[in-house]
Amino acid sequence: MSNVPKDLRYTDTHEWVKDLGGGEYMMGLTFYAQDQMGEIVMVEFPGLNEYGVGDVLGSLEAVKTAEDFYAPFDCKVVRVNEELEDEPALINEDCYGRGWIVVLKTDDPSGFEALKTAEEYSRLIGE
Amino acid sequence: MNRFIPYDEKTRNEMLEVIGVEKFPDLLEPIPEEFRFRGLLDLPGPMSEIELVDRFKKLAAGNEGAEKICFAGGGAYDHFIPAALDHVLLRSEFYTAYTPYQAEASQGTLQAIFEYQTMIARLTGMEMANAGMYDGASAAAEACLMAMRVTGRNRVLVAGSLNPRWLKVIRTYTRRRSFRLNEIPFREDGTLDPDAAEKLAGDDVAAVLVGYPNYFGLVEDLEPLARLAHSMKGLFVVAADPVSLPLLRSPGDAGADVVVGEGQSMGIPLSYGGPYSGFMASGLKFARKMPGRIVGRTVDRAGREGYVMTLQTREQHIRREKATSNICTNQALMALANAVYLALTGEEGFREISSQCYHRSHYLEKKLLEIPGVTRVFGDTPFFREFTLSFPVSSRVFMERMLDAGILPGIPLPGLGDGVMLITATEKRNREQMEAYFETASVICGGGGR
Amino acid sequence: MKTIFDTGGSGGIGVSLPGLDVPKTEELPEKFSREKEGRIGLPELSEGMVMRHFVSLSSLNYHLEKGIYPLGSCTMKYNPKLHENLARLPGLTALHPLLPDDQVRGTLELMHHLGELLCEITGFRGVSLQPAAGAQGEFCGIMLIKSYHEHRGEFHRNEVLMPDSAHGTNPATATLADCVVVGVESNEYGLVDPEDLKRKVGPNTAAFMLTNPNTLGLFESHIGEITSIVHDAGGLNYMDGANMNALLGIARPGDMGFDVCHLNLHKTFSSPHGGGGPGSGPVACSAELAGFLPDPVVVMKDDGGYALRKKDGSFGRLLAFHGNIGVLYRAYAYILTMGARGLREVSEAALVNANYLRALLSEYYDNPFDHGPCMHEFVLSGDRQARLGVKTLDIAKRLLDYGVHAPTIYFPQIVHEALMIEPTETEDRAELDRFASAMISIAGEAEEKPHLLKDAPVNTPVLRLDEVRAVKELCVVEPLNEGSVGE
Repeated sequence: MSNVPKDLRYTDTHEWVKDLGGGEYMMGLTFYAQDQMGEIVMVEFPGLNEYGVGDVLGSLEAVKTAEDFYAPFDCKVVRVNEELEDEPALINEDCYGRGWIVVLKTDDPSGFEALKTAEEYSRLIGE
Repeated sequence: MNRFIPYDEKTRNEMLEVIGVEKFPDLLEPIPEEFRFRGLLDLPGPMSEIELVDRFKKLAAGNEGAEKICFAGGGAYDHFIPAALDHVLLRSEFYTAYTPYQAEASQGTLQAIFEYQTMIARLTGMEMANAGMYDGASAAAEACLMAMRVTGRNRVLVAGSLNPRWLKVIRTYTRRRSFRLNEIPFREDGTLDPDAAEKLAGDDVAAVLVGYPNYFGLVEDLEPLARLAHSMKGLFVVAADPVSLPLLRSPGDAGADVVVGEGQSMGIPLSYGGPYSGFMASGLKFARKMPGRIVGRTVDRAGREGYVMTLQTREQHIRREKATSNICTNQALMALANAVYLALTGEEGFREISSQCYHRSHYLEKKLLEIPGVTRVFGDTPFFREFTLSFPVSSRVFMERMLDAGILPGIPLPGLGDGVMLITATEKRNREQMEAYFETASVICGGGGR
Repeated sequence: MKTIFDTGGSGGIGVSLPGLDVPKTEELPEKFSREKEGRIGLPELSEGMVMRHFVSLSSLNYHLEKGIYPLGSCTMKYNPKLHENLARLPGLTALHPLLPDDQVRGTLELMHHLGELLCEITGFRGVSLQPAAGAQGEFCGIMLIKSYHEHRGEFHRNEVLMPDSAHGTNPATATLADCVVVGVESNEYGLVDPEDLKRKVGPNTAAFMLTNPNTLGLFESHIGEITSIVHDAGGLNYMDGANMNALLGIARPGDMGFDVCHLNLHKTFSSPHGGGGPGSGPVACSAELAGFLPDPVVVMKDDGGYALRKKDGSFGRLLAFHGNIGVLYRAYAYILTMGARGLREVSEAALVNANYLRALLSEYYDNPFDHGPCMHEFVLSGDRQARLGVKTLDIAKRLLDYGVHAPTIYFPQIVHEALMIEPTETEDRAELDRFASAMISIAGEAEEKPHLLKDAPVNTPVLRLDEVRAVKELCVVEPLNEGSVGE
């Protein structure tokens, strides 16, 4: 069974988002999605720029699949997890912890508030 | 029934019974009546093997050109092919297999491709190569698209001295709204003008693409062009003739980021233009932006070395509309031919072939220049295997009369003037054949023909 | 096995070259010379050693002449031996591609005639033999369609619609042609949902790309309605001919409302697959599109001779020369050998074989689309086995242990744990039974001894290979000056 922490918000495209306070939000890939993809071998990061909701931020590559990840709301990318450059499989080992992917910044919390709750996401993945 | 369908009516009826239908037409139920083809297609045959051989022999006999001594090049060359090569290609294990989707049952094909990739990388002086493209022209076009992906830019500068048919393929592959292509003009000596190239420079340039040697057989000086490409942070793409590479400074050494080329010269018959094999080599940092298949070495569960197709997320079957190319089936057996060819000729033989092409073509050029009225088009610019001369007769007359004498004398280049021919001599053209060319051409030129 | 760079041999050569019988000229200027770069790093082996190496490699391959090779949508049918001989006749191979037309009358006649035969088989009027493979044929087809719209001043039409079951080359082709992909959903029967198609077509529709029979091996029964919806919206219909082996003499794309299609000569018309090519992907089209065909096409002249010509409206050129001519020779030989009746028998037997195999397996594997007969192939799901913890990949690997090749797996993507099976007409009943019994045994093993699947293959030259490592520790060439580790 998948691991869907209660204190996070989720997107339809299987990213989790965590409110860090001060308008910063951390984003990563959900347990369910990393399990579907298999071992992640490469992460393509976005530049530290501004993005609109739904824009492609970067991509994750496994052996037989590659998936883009998207801006969950209008935001600026302020940090990327450089540890993933050498150890992309951290996303598999610790998807909600050391396997985080980017930190986003926005002044408008409504985009975050509109994301799926843990219950809603669990329903999406059929659990 | 015919010789490729292995059972008779009785067996078929038994199989239909297992399926649970009474008669064959029941299987056609999903096809609406209105779309079922009535009657028989209007096709010839069936032919027995005897009749078919007869038909093909008649067609072959209609190809008078097959008997001509070939001095034509222009992207396809009459090189020697060792007999052993075809015996490898005719192994059922190679030619009746498909793309190595199940690696554990396809190690022969996979390792052969790995060896091919290695040979191409070494020959071009690059870090890696892919498993091959359709032909040199489409490989050049794909290299332009690849440069656009790498740089995020949409303009390429292509040598005006590139094979014109390749240029057309590049234009076809890049016919998109946002794309622009500029031709770098060539000078009176037939090679590119770096100053003119400089004028076309800009920070929107994805690549500079150069033929090496160029279409006229002339050796371009790569280094200034590489510098120009890199000063714009674009890629330097070299379209190289592989047979020239044992002699010529390698594109990798001269600063190429991507090298493409046509592999026909390495063990593939002329066959009226195909199947040939394109190759593509690059630095490792561009591996994920490359089109086509790539084979990599790994280990099995017992730690033994083995080979698999790798970096597959670039490809259409996974990435779909975001793939690096739509290429799927390529020219695998032709890439194998290249690998076997380079293995047979080897370090010494391939160098010797390259060297002989160089010396034989220079001998022929000097010889033909003895004919009164025959002149060089591009002065004494260094060339490899292929050169241009202007004859004092019309190309049409020259071609016709040389062909009548059993010689395909080259390729007319009407863009450079009537009477201008692009002429090639490979290691297969011996002195006697070259003397015959000289004698016949002397008569034609002496007799006038305009 | 050791690589050819590590096979021993030093200073050897596998070819005998003539001596140079002309005087040498001056060497190239130093700045153009490779001299100071040292060895290239090519092998130094005798002819016998080269043969031993490649024949040893060949013995590691599974191949069609060993047994069934049921890759879905790949049509791995027998490759006639005679055609290999014919395609190697010196009169057909020793031809420079830029020879004047009157020097290649035989080959031009063959190409022209082959084009006519392909038009008759598909129900079309124009043809290009240039595309080197199916994917290039797709590109050709979409470029024809774009040219058609542009000729009519409709430059905005840039949407290419296709079902979610489409082969990956279809969306990749649309991108290559500078178009946008619009997905159309399949219905519960695995067929294009005409209602969804109606919602998706519009003023920007350039083309609808459809494989028929589709990648599930099902004939699109609503094809008339589908092609009309697209035409009514001003778009054109493209048929991916990958599955044409189901339809020879049975139905023609041109009669179903398609405007253009490609054919895979290396699938339907028996030319060998060569370990992944060379293929050939001729494109046949309606008279309206024929004016845009790539340069060159073969035409018959007034005097009965043949010539290569560029159409005035041609969209361009796909290869340096005229196509994979050697493959055309084989396909032409195949059509003449079969004749109209023979080709019809081919498709009939392909349908019988696929339905027979499906019947044998339907009890043991999930069959998500069992509403009626399949065409020349069918798609099973390994879902039932997946619930036991065994993946379709494991089933595929275990099949190798049974001495048969695996089907296409994980495609089409709309079926979970898909197994896409196409036996082709050239397999006899005993071979189909052998494949079925392997599949059935494996279904049993999945329940009772799943480790046999997870450990598979064990009867192949290597055990299961580590694909993750191949990506992470990328090694795509043999490093120079150091041999491989060997075994």
